[in-house]
Amino acid sequence: MKENKISWFIGLVLLALMFVGLYALEKALPPSTMLFTILKKGVIYALIAVSMNLLNGFTGLFSLGQAGFMVIGAYTYAILTIPVNMRAMIYQYYDGGVVQFALPAIVGLLCAGLVAAFFAFLVGLPVLRLKSDYLAIATLGFAEIIRAFIQYEGLGPLTNGSNLLRRFPSFTGILYPFAAVAICVAVIVLLIHSTYGRALKAIRDDETAAEAMGINLFFHKQFSFVTSSFFAGIGGALLAMYQGSIQAATFKSAMTYEILLIVVIGGMGSITGSIIASFLFVASSEWWLRFLDNEMFIGAFKMPLLRSGFRMVVFSVIIMAVVLLYRRGIMGDKEFNLRRITQHLTGKKGVRHDG
Amino acid sequence: MGWLERFFPYILAGISVGGQYALIAIGYTMVYGILRLINFAHGDIFTVAGFFMVYMNATMPLYLSIPLTIILTVILGFAVERAAYKPLRDAPRMSIMISAIGVSYLLQNLMWYVTGGLAKQYPTIPWISSSVTVWVATTKIVTLVTPVLTILLVVLLQQLINHTKIGMAMRAVSRDFETAKLMGIQINRVISVSFIIGSFLAAVGSLLYFSNYATVTPTVGAMPGLKAFVAAVFGGIGSIPGAMIGAFLIGISENLIKALGYSTFSDAFTFALLIFVLLAKPTGLFGEKTIDKV
Repeated sequence: MKENKISWFIGLVLLALMFVGLYALEKALPPSTMLFTILKKGVIYALIAVSMNLLNGFTGLFSLGQAGFMVIGAYTYAILTIPVNMRAMIYQYYDGGVVQFALPAIVGLLCAGLVAAFFAFLVGLPVLRLKSDYLAIATLGFAEIIRAFIQYEGLGPLTNGSNLLRRFPSFTGILYPFAAVAICVAVIVLLIHSTYGRALKAIRDDETAAEAMGINLFFHKQFSFVTSSFFAGIGGALLAMYQGSIQAATFKSAMTYEILLIVVIGGMGSITGSIIASFLFVASSEWWLRFLDNEMFIGAFKMPLLRSGFRMVVFSVIIMAVVLLYRRGIMGDKEFNLRRITQHLTGKKGVRHDG
Repeated sequence: MGWLERFFPYILAGISVGGQYALIAIGYTMVYGILRLINFAHGDIFTVAGFFMVYMNATMPLYLSIPLTIILTVILGFAVERAAYKPLRDAPRMSIMISAIGVSYLLQNLMWYVTGGLAKQYPTIPWISSSVTVWVATTKIVTLVTPVLTILLVVLLQQLINHTKIGMAMRAVSRDFETAKLMGIQINRVISVSFIIGSFLAAVGSLLYFSNYATVTPTVGAMPGLKAFVAAVFGGIGSIPGAMIGAFLIGISENLIKALGYSTFSDAFTFALLIFVLLAKPTGLFGEKTIDKV
């Protein structure tokens, strides 16, 4: 397995180079550049998309509960890390709230994942017995139930009801989210290459056969569900940091749909696909297609159709085209692999090393 | 008798909204029965019907705008099926469901674009929008019309399904897709008909629903859509009377929860009910038993 070690080494070098590049970028450009917004949001979406891909692409569990676990993560983080002297102002309708301490941001992030994972464990107990579309609709339902509880007045001292939570610690540069996401994604990749990962893929390919081979279906499904939600929780917390304020009402099922579409565009069962698609998705919806929202004149001729909202129409048409015509997404279930690319370019056919 | 007087208006509202859910739910249950697809776009087709009415009514009289709204909605439902679901007939079920989510996303963005994201005032339809007092509750006539119309349409639909040739084909396809195909049933025709019926009922439902709520926004249909789906599951997917009963039950219980002061949980309750039904009796109240063979 010497070659495997080399490819890991190359991967680490590339990762280090990426961070050096990001650092240089941050020094070179003013912080308000659009590129940074895209990179920050893109990398957070990448984590969430990868976490969803673990479930939908690698385990074959069609879950639509991602927004629910994100909102748990975001709220856990916010509740635990808002500075004590801010609480009276933020929880003004609830006498400063019940939580009267503040944890460091990094602990808050970890707790966000853990709490989301714990709820996923509880939700998974009944729900994972269901199959395909029933599982989808039940997880979607749970996400809505979670959202309703967070907005419930009775829990106001903890969650601030339907009011905003803000003033929690955030990040300024782009290195922080990139580092956090890189660690999380690395863990997911290691997991997929472990025996657990193989078991998950076996379940995806044929549940009955997997069970016959001695794979404990429920344990592995639950494992995948809890892990995915753990990272969705961290993703939610990072999203909260990125946005600066959170409100349960924004974590709707539409958010889950968006992430699902990212996973599909990238390719079900491809980590690198999800990451690439996240950046493409964020960049094109927030940046590259922006011009479609503004009225444009070429000479005296006013371009038809261009006005606020047209960007999203074009964008969703592109997505539909991918879903219908390009069904396997950008990467299919393959990973971005340097060796394969060099082989392709040099025309040499090497022995395939999978896994 | 104090409590009955207190809850009566809510029960009345619940029956009305239940009837509206029922009309949407039938679209879900028919499509699911035949294609095994949760048509996530159905709620948005319902909303688009609302906007059709808004724009149509601005330029033409009611006796033209109402039938035109229904016809356009039916065409939309038919077109969505042909464009987004038919090419995926042989794809895995997950792909076609993703396509449905994509269509829902597209329709919502399209509505946002056309309307500028603003809520539009729904036209008042004379007679059914006027107020009426029933015992202790003052309500619109539409509240009373809805359940009657719903039951009437369901009875008609049952006749169609049980006593016509196309109805027989639909039953056959929902029982066994592959075999029905081999027996020479034109699958595509059957699927189109079920989408047409579903969209027709959604258009009627939207006329009633928005007459009651007065404004239309691009995302307003998402929640009633999901609830109608829950109703379909609750009644046993594939069963039309089941969907209707499920919808009435959900409409009433949701309004009773509002009456008790827990409005935050009215949506959550529906989903809790769904999860309970799925776990306790996955085939719903009136669903057929299916056995999965390896």
